[in-house]
Amino acid sequence: MCMSEGRLDLARNDGQPLGRAYVQGSPDRRGGSYYVQGVMMLDKSKIGFEFASFTADVEKGRLRFFAKAIGETNPIYTDEAAAREAGYRALVAPPTFTMVLDMEGPEFLPFLDLLNMDIARILHGTQEFEYFAPICAGDSITVTGHIADMFEKKGGALEFVVMEQSYTNQDGELVAKSTNTLVHRNG
Amino acid sequence: MSDIQVGTEIPALELAPISRYTLALYAGASGDHNPIHIDSDFAKNAGMPDVFAHGMLSMAYLGRMLTNWQPQAQLRKFGNRFAAITQLQDAITCSGKVVEMIEQNGETLARCEIQAVKADGEQTLVGEALVAV
Repeated sequence: MCMSEGRLDLARNDGQPLGRAYVQGSPDRRGGSYYVQGVMMLDKSKIGFEFASFTADVEKGRLRFFAKAIGETNPIYTDEAAAREAGYRALVAPPTFTMVLDMEGPEFLPFLDLLNMDIARILHGTQEFEYFAPICAGDSITVTGHIADMFEKKGGALEFVVMEQSYTNQDGELVAKSTNTLVHRNG
Repeated sequence: MSDIQVGTEIPALELAPISRYTLALYAGASGDHNPIHIDSDFAKNAGMPDVFAHGMLSMAYLGRMLTNWQPQAQLRKFGNRFAAITQLQDAITCSGKVVEMIEQNGETLARCEIQAVKADGEQTLVGEALVAV
């Protein structure tokens, strides 16, 4: 899909609107983005895009390393006997660990290329998790994700990409869902 | 009977100041290798004063606070927005309290407001958790 004639609100670096500009024909497109007078606009036709799903193994060494990195000292995250005593079948993954699974895909941050985003300009805006069952060492988790929404604020100085992910274990059980918003700074 | 009710405070979690070592470990363990968190040259070229903390590191700290308080298996929902960047040497404190008791899918949930703040009181993460009680 390409943008034909349309009007865009442009923005100065401080986020104040510059006024309106007419876009005629196909703007300069590189990757998944539009450049309008030097201001990059993310390609909203990618709303709904489904990323390739993949399966990641939950390794106990990785869980211990993650626990160390976040300063977690509760033994259910590092000691298998303690985890079993607490009712888990193996070491349990902490609440934010699904983010680690996201990074196990074939491509690091696949939305970067898709939307031609600059990694130096992205910030994490919001993050929400919903939990249905534990993720434990030894699990194989299939990660599926899509772009749920894209919008802009401050006349396009900030663009937002909302992504939703689902995590399903080796038994076909949905264990968690994630919704997160990334902010791309255009200014 | 649970003694959790509206107004119950979640025991706070105080963290050591964020160091480059903390960020390097988190980058390795999480798989988030975005150089903006571990490479000062890259961060400065991007217009930042220096490397800064992964938002998800602070969210993991909030998660620790929650699971120190109640077993993780009781956590139903956990979310936040990232309100400010956590810089090197910032000492973060996580805190929260129960603001509402709700019934959902046949169980009683404590809706908790949670936050991470810097030593000067600036909020870095502001969010909510639903915990079955």
